[in-house]
Amino acid sequence: MSRVRVLVGTRKGAFILTSNAKRKRWQVSGPHFAGWEIYHMNGSPADPDRLYASQSTGWFGQLIQRSNDGGQTWEAVGNKFAYDGVPGTHQWYDGTQHPWEFKRVWRLEPSLTDPDTVYAGVEDAALFRSSDGGQTWQELPGLRDVKGHLWQPGAGGMCLHTILLDPSDPRRIFVAISAAGAFRTDDGGETWRPINRGLKSPYELPDPDAEVGHCVHNLAMHPSRPGVLFMQKHWDVMRSDDAGDSWNEVSGNLPTDFGFPIAVHAHEPETVYVVPIKSDSEHYPPDGKLRVYRSRSGGNEWEALAKGLPQSDCYVNVLRSALAVDSLDACGVYFGTTGGQVYASPDGGDSWTAIVRDLPPVLSVEVQTLP
Amino acid sequence: MIRVALPHHLRTLAGVGKEVEFQVDGPPTLGAVLDAVEARFPMLRGTIRDQVTGQRRPFIRFFACGQDLSHAPLDAVLPDPVVQGAEPFRIVGAMAGG
Repeated sequence: MSRVRVLVGTRKGAFILTSNAKRKRWQVSGPHFAGWEIYHMNGSPADPDRLYASQSTGWFGQLIQRSNDGGQTWEAVGNKFAYDGVPGTHQWYDGTQHPWEFKRVWRLEPSLTDPDTVYAGVEDAALFRSSDGGQTWQELPGLRDVKGHLWQPGAGGMCLHTILLDPSDPRRIFVAISAAGAFRTDDGGETWRPINRGLKSPYELPDPDAEVGHCVHNLAMHPSRPGVLFMQKHWDVMRSDDAGDSWNEVSGNLPTDFGFPIAVHAHEPETVYVVPIKSDSEHYPPDGKLRVYRSRSGGNEWEALAKGLPQSDCYVNVLRSALAVDSLDACGVYFGTTGGQVYASPDGGDSWTAIVRDLPPVLSVEVQTLP
Repeated sequence: MIRVALPHHLRTLAGVGKEVEFQVDGPPTLGAVLDAVEARFPMLRGTIRDQVTGQRRPFIRFFACGQDLSHAPLDAVLPDPVVQGAEPFRIVGAMAGG
């Protein structure tokens, strides 16, 4: 019988939640790396027992942990993230140029085919790759050539937080960077182009149509249609049907189009999930009601999913990496909150229950569907 | 033998107890002790000082014999009681709460 493993990164450690395909009863393992921030934890599609975790604190910096047994035991691997060559500078808050400085790893994205190859999205924004299971890391510096001197950190830091690997073309990768935008390579990471045409940031940028500088919060893709991308921008939910060459707004009837995460149903490429948040300064759901919104039409028409979620006095946030789906039938949907709850829906979002209610603030949620 | 006391989280990472003993070849300097710690426990590289710049991490402190050695140069010789093993060299996570 299939199983589900939910990988939860929190402000004070990692938790692994497991269940069978019914997704009714859950076992909770953790905290792993107690006391450390776990920005992200992710499993290899090629070997689900190979996990990677990003572990950091303000005291001791960044570590990368690797597991070969599905998270039962861990080993610290390489944590030297040296920018390629002279790191260069980017825009600073006072308008001056500021040197690139490594701070932490936000995202770990294992290769679709090789458990020892893994990508790391870091702050200050850059993309690194390891081909030896995380022992050594090399930057793909061409990304920062795309007007990197104009990138400027937002409130959350200048982080590369989203990495999408194209299952139909191993040379194509999409990334997103807060307050810089979305970017694509078609040659395995050598050269990159901004893919921000159609994004509008009239309040955040002096040129609302700027080539870089848009605050992209998250990207999502269905593996069967890698040319179709969905985006939760700072404000606006967007869709591209040409691999990011152009974007159209699909916010439609959402109560607010601000938010952080976005995800696509495992079996329905036109079914998309977002969690609307009131505004850029009020990071909680509108009206104190926690609601996931689902579109079955690829955007524009959205329905509120609230059954089992708190519908009064709820003021948590759902961060950009804290929404994920499993690939069971029916598709399971999961998200974690800054209040420490992890909610699961075994029926595509129709109904929700809390797997856990009192974890530290949840930073990330990933789901593995195991045979 | 030089005794090095590690903070809780680094003990957990290295899988050791409160103190670890080191034989330092050459002058018993601050830098030599840090090199010895990182050589025996590779998983601690980058947790005490930045791997690229070599700078002490901002919230790490070095204490010994009631003194703060955090700002001492790497070639500073450690106090005699530390060199003799009578006192530990303490690597400390700084107070950084709110």
